[in-house]
Amino acid sequence: MLDTIIQQGFNALQLGSYYSLIALGYCLVYGVLLLINFAHGDIFMVGAYVAFFSATALLGQYGFIQPGIPGWVVLALTIPVTMLLTSGVGIFIERVAYKPLRLKGANRLYLVITALMMGIVLEYGNLAILGASRKSFPSLVPRVLIEVGGATVTSLKLAAIVVCFLVFGLLHWVVTRTKLGMAMRAVSYDKFAVPLMGIPLDIIIIFTFFLGSSMAGLAGLLYAMNFPVLDPFMGALVGWKAFIAAVVGGIGEIRGALVGGFLLAFLEVTVAATFSSELRDLISFSILLGILTWKPTGIFGKPRTTKI
Amino acid sequence: MSVRFTIPTALCALLLGLMATAQAGFLGQYEVTFLCTMGVYMILAASLNLVNGYMGEFSCGHAGFMAVGAYVSSIVGVFLFVPDQVFGQPWLPMSMAPLAFPIILATGFASAALVGLLVAIPSFKTRGDYLAIITLAAGYIVKSALENIEAVGGPRGFMGMKKVVLGMEEMFPMSWMLLWVFGGVVFTVWVLRRFVYSTYGKGVTAIHQDEVAAEIMSVNTNKMKLVAFMLSSGLAGLAGGLYAYLIGFVNPASFTILRSTECLVMVYLGGMGSLTGSILAAGIFTILLEFLKPLEQLKWVAIPMLLIVLMQFRSEGIMGNRELSDVFPKLKRFYRFK
Repeated sequence: MLDTIIQQGFNALQLGSYYSLIALGYCLVYGVLLLINFAHGDIFMVGAYVAFFSATALLGQYGFIQPGIPGWVVLALTIPVTMLLTSGVGIFIERVAYKPLRLKGANRLYLVITALMMGIVLEYGNLAILGASRKSFPSLVPRVLIEVGGATVTSLKLAAIVVCFLVFGLLHWVVTRTKLGMAMRAVSYDKFAVPLMGIPLDIIIIFTFFLGSSMAGLAGLLYAMNFPVLDPFMGALVGWKAFIAAVVGGIGEIRGALVGGFLLAFLEVTVAATFSSELRDLISFSILLGILTWKPTGIFGKPRTTKI
Repeated sequence: MSVRFTIPTALCALLLGLMATAQAGFLGQYEVTFLCTMGVYMILAASLNLVNGYMGEFSCGHAGFMAVGAYVSSIVGVFLFVPDQVFGQPWLPMSMAPLAFPIILATGFASAALVGLLVAIPSFKTRGDYLAIITLAAGYIVKSALENIEAVGGPRGFMGMKKVVLGMEEMFPMSWMLLWVFGGVVFTVWVLRRFVYSTYGKGVTAIHQDEVAAEIMSVNTNKMKLVAFMLSSGLAGLAGGLYAYLIGFVNPASFTILRSTECLVMVYLGGMGSLTGSILAAGIFTILLEFLKPLEQLKWVAIPMLLIVLMQFRSEGIMGNRELSDVFPKLKRFYRFK
């Protein structure tokens, strides 16, 4: 009994780390721009594909590089390449699609629609270019089974959980302790006064997208290593769920993204383990709806006061 | 002829013209289905416009309400007229079908409006992005619930509605669906226009402008939101019922987030707070979907790209928040209700 609980606990922690990593990206962009970046789930998908192509290229499948590089070196190279390229995609979307609209001062909802459309373009663009066949991710490092209290956990699963907490710690440090983080909080507080104080708004926004998208890329890589089947729509459902997690935690608050991600994952795993996996979405979303009705701004969110 | 009857006369003439061309064989099965799909999309877009355009909220679970309407009206129709494994022998003879069909659609409307409460009640306290999530979660809950009810086929879906339509056609051979969809579109536009421009319905626009100020000006905001959400989801249910009888088959997979996204696209393409804009956008959107079919998967790259480009150059959509009668003021002469 206890070992089942520990086993399911690890499953929930692993699922929660993907949700949290993606939710952090939603949360950062929302905090700074008040924009729901609906393309973020698909940036996670792009991250998984970038990881796939860089890993297979480094393993020597396309002939640029001689095969024979050991797996851990490939992994060590794939991580930064994935994060950089994925954040490149995120920043490109921001520059091309969001920035012109923002400069025009268009209604916020038009930005949201543009983001939704960008997500669909990424999904179906991928489907059209790469075809519907699923890609299987190469295994780079051998899976080691670790025994924890009667339950067995693979090293990759543990790595996903550890990476999530490390990234959260790093992010928390960036946002609360560095100058860039202070500037981000300032932009979130008052977008009009900030440029007057000599803070370059554009650079802060690019930096925010860089952080968010690189974390989505990292999540994509970890996801692809644990569940080594990639398809163009893998980001859609995970992305929507991560967004729900971010809102339940209180969007715009990075602690909220972490807590919301793990809460959703624990709910889903508990429901799937006790009732059935078909009821998972139904029950976990109903509970989240209840939480939002009880606390309308999420767990950590503060109600905004409106001046009349 | 008196001016006050111009619009009803024009609509009757249009309906008669369509029915006559369909009857004479100029419109094949394909064209009729295409026109009906366009009509269903028009109802969806116009009903979503009430919440997303006039009230200024961001509802992204419209497909869920459509699903409720589709399932309930399918079940009622099959229960009444078709012998079925689960529901047994039909209760009424098929000759009653044309009379009972509006009632079947009305049950879809009513049940979808009731499910709309799921969103309407949290909306009293919640606004903006948090409300968006509630609508999203409500959509997921509906879809997931339908997948878990074995009596209506679970993930496999539910069918048998085609028999009702065929039964009606057997009695009197004409394209009944065209008639019902046309009626649905006219009903939707009529109700929404009457509601939004009435003194009572101006509260919806007031909530959009400033909720606090609206409340101070004695608008009962909670009641207004309740009415708006229920009307919007009910009309989506009507669209769902028509869709179900048009296709003859419903399954949970056809009411995903992509369907909600389509509704959103039509609203913002047409312009927030413009009924004629929504109708126009729904027409353009269905035609685009049909014409870009040869592109296959690239269709869903091309359409979003077009919309992104449109947003960059004309971000308020085709009509902005104006109606057709604002663009051509002379049209106003033909209205009685201004």
